[in-house]
Amino acid sequence: MMKDTEVIIQQLRDKKLGSFPGGVHPEGKKALSNVNPIVTLPLPERLYIPLKQHIGEEGSILVEAGQTVLKGEALTKTVNAYSVPVHAPSSGVIESIGLHPSAHPSGLPEPTIVLKTDGLDEWSTLSPHPDYEKLPAENLVEIIADAGISGMGGAGFPTHIKTNASKNIELLIINGIECEPYITSDDRLMREHAWQIRQGVDILRCILTPKHTIIAVEDNKPEALSALSIAFKDASHCTLSTIPTVYPAGGEKQLVQVLTGQEIPSKGLPSDLGISMFNVGTCYAVADAVCNGKPLIERVVTLTGEAAKQPKNVWALLGTPAEYLCNAADWQPSKRLGAKVIMGGPMMGFTLTSMQVPVVKTTNCLLMPNANTAFPGNNERPCIRCSACAEVCPASLLPQQLYWHAKGKEYEKAQDYNLFDCIECGACAYVCPSDIPLVQYYRQTKAAIRNEQDEKNKADKAKLRFEARKARLEEEKQAREAKFKKAAEAREAAKKQSQSSSDAQAVPEKPKSAAVAAAIARAKAKKLRESQQNSNTENTKNTE
Amino acid sequence: MMRLTLSSSPHQRVKRSTTHIMQWVMLAAVPGLLGQIWFFGWGVFIQLVLAVSACCLFEALVVWVRKKNSVFILSDYSAALTGWLLAVSLPPLLPWWMTIIGCFFAIVVAKQLYGGLGFNLFNPAMVGYVVLLISFPLAMTQWLPSSNFSEIPTGFLDCLSVIFTGFSVSGHDLEQLRYTVDGVSSATPLDAVKTALSQSITYSEAIDTALFNGGLFSSTGAGWEWVALLYLLGGLALLCLRVISWHIPISLLAGVALTSGVLYLCNPDIYGSVIFHWFNGAVMFGAFFIATDPVSASTTRNGRILFGALIGFWTVIIRTFGNYPDAIAFSVIFMNMCVPLIDYYTQPRTYGKQA
Repeated sequence: MMKDTEVIIQQLRDKKLGSFPGGVHPEGKKALSNVNPIVTLPLPERLYIPLKQHIGEEGSILVEAGQTVLKGEALTKTVNAYSVPVHAPSSGVIESIGLHPSAHPSGLPEPTIVLKTDGLDEWSTLSPHPDYEKLPAENLVEIIADAGISGMGGAGFPTHIKTNASKNIELLIINGIECEPYITSDDRLMREHAWQIRQGVDILRCILTPKHTIIAVEDNKPEALSALSIAFKDASHCTLSTIPTVYPAGGEKQLVQVLTGQEIPSKGLPSDLGISMFNVGTCYAVADAVCNGKPLIERVVTLTGEAAKQPKNVWALLGTPAEYLCNAADWQPSKRLGAKVIMGGPMMGFTLTSMQVPVVKTTNCLLMPNANTAFPGNNERPCIRCSACAEVCPASLLPQQLYWHAKGKEYEKAQDYNLFDCIECGACAYVCPSDIPLVQYYRQTKAAIRNEQDEKNKADKAKLRFEARKARLEEEKQAREAKFKKAAEAREAAKKQSQSSSDAQAVPEKPKSAAVAAAIARAKAKKLRESQQNSNTENTKNTE
Repeated sequence: MMRLTLSSSPHQRVKRSTTHIMQWVMLAAVPGLLGQIWFFGWGVFIQLVLAVSACCLFEALVVWVRKKNSVFILSDYSAALTGWLLAVSLPPLLPWWMTIIGCFFAIVVAKQLYGGLGFNLFNPAMVGYVVLLISFPLAMTQWLPSSNFSEIPTGFLDCLSVIFTGFSVSGHDLEQLRYTVDGVSSATPLDAVKTALSQSITYSEAIDTALFNGGLFSSTGAGWEWVALLYLLGGLALLCLRVISWHIPISLLAGVALTSGVLYLCNPDIYGSVIFHWFNGAVMFGAFFIATDPVSASTTRNGRILFGALIGFWTVIIRTFGNYPDAIAFSVIFMNMCVPLIDYYTQPRTYGKQA
């Protein structure tokens, strides 16, 4: 099943790339924001640091309101393998710990630490490890975990879990695709910090010891590519690969398919193929954590869109509220269409529910659109089964069929059509001529199925509990009955006992009656003897 | 506090809408329509106006009864397109009320009673056509001769008069109008060959008649091949604009070519050639404008190839061995029935799944 790494590399050298089915070519609009260097903004007054900024669980809080913290100080502690800590992005005072609108489509409030910055931006003591090659891999993984690094490309999976893979990794893929339109944070990072990315890659190679490393960049980023080619010039067993620009080439599954011609098994992981993939931003953060000892407290965020009069890329401290950043990009929301800010790109991002939503570890872009297309009216028309969606689906699904079953709430059918293999890239809805929000239907259906599953699990558990209780009650009943029975028997026995004891009382009577009988017998015998003695006839009669 | 607009991803869409698709199809059908008017007179145009208005009216009526927004639904142009496709399939001088009946079945029965756009199992225009063909077989096969053959020229008012009263302004009835310069009642090329073959005349003799003279190819009826070519042109334009995909039309034409080719090779005396089948009757029109109706066609890539090829196959089989001269409508409806089956067995392999 697994393709030999040598074969894959040879094919890449021969420029023989694979491809994935479908895909779309939305307008890139990258030039809006990728022309100027990344800038650092003045410190925001308050930072809102959600406890959980990744996939997994939140850590336990280490600080309390009123406490003064230094920049880089850990605010939470890892409690298990799936949690990563968060750190103070600047020095200041913890103002409060409470609920704050989350960086999530729902905007539901979540536990957040509010940090009032003191303007000093004073670092805590850092412990850099420039000599990381000498450290054992476990230590490096620990450093990465303690630095709070989670995937910065989108999903936000804790990086240390990926680096701690039990499976043998043959191929390390560095994802510099950035296929979403408008977003240029990775592009700028690669252009300006190729060397530090190289450093991060070296550290990851140190940990994972892959046979080969591929750094993949889309061909619409020639500057980033040339910067990387300089940084990776002397790197052995590293291949820089340019792949054609098509959305969603940056998806993990799609990139694996393009580079290796293999498919990650459904419900599987890249490590099943001996592959591990990291985003360029993650590599940068890894290098920062290991070589400089700096935890993950800031990231590059693209501020762009037609409503942003000064689109740019900024180094945003985690926890910076969207309002602060949008103002920095001179956001002029349209009076006609209304105000809308999208966190992420136009294809997969979500609209903010509040301008106070903070930047988190996975925030790569704040998009401030102004085009009519970004403000769809209620123009949803019936599906005409044109299959434009199926033509562009990178997972070779049949989106119109999924939509049909999703709308009909036929969850089993939807799963038969592989609903859970949908990566929610939005290509289908992007091309849908009937303006059907297909991805929205899939998300809702997935959630409904998960809920149903949860309910079922709960019901199953309840059933188990009920049956256990029933069994226990039955057991108790039986025990009780057995006890009663035993008691009854005992009583019975006791009764018998008492009876027999009354018998026993009669025992002395027995000899008595026996004595009586004996006496009678004796009397009879005496009588007999007397009668024998008296007459023979009587004797004869008696013997008969 | 600023009010933020919320929406779900993707926040960007291509601008082509369902309305645009319908409009593009109509636009691409214009050359064919002009060809038909040129060769078969104003009747074609009158039928078009009649059918499009009737379809829109029926749609509005049903939608109103169903308590939905009729302006919004009519603005998708699907009813207008159905009327258009039905109209150009009808004999040009068909009595007006028959056209109306066809529209009624197309829109009310085949489309709206099944739930409206997107829910119809059968191609509405073809349902309307087949209902008329079965109910009024004579009227539905009375085509006018191509204009360069007709004895009595028919103007706009004549056509209008025949359609609504049965007689032209000059007092001729439809039968008289159908006489050609040779003094025989005209038939369509497919009809003529069918009749000739049933009279034990060979295929090559059958196409060596006046009807086929002046045609672009030796086996195509004069005028008919031009109409077919114009529809081919429009269809190719739709392909280039990616309004339709190549799968159905190309496989349909291939299906026709393969089936008729094999038959022709077996016995060229009684079976028509590939060109004969391609450019006579409704194959070109059907391949690009009828079978490609997305709602009632197969949705998977392989399914569409099968769907198209089988329509082509059945068309030739029914044309050759059946009673009706043309068979696009029957084949399309027949294959519409098979779509759920085809779709089920031609699902693509999803990423990461075993084949």
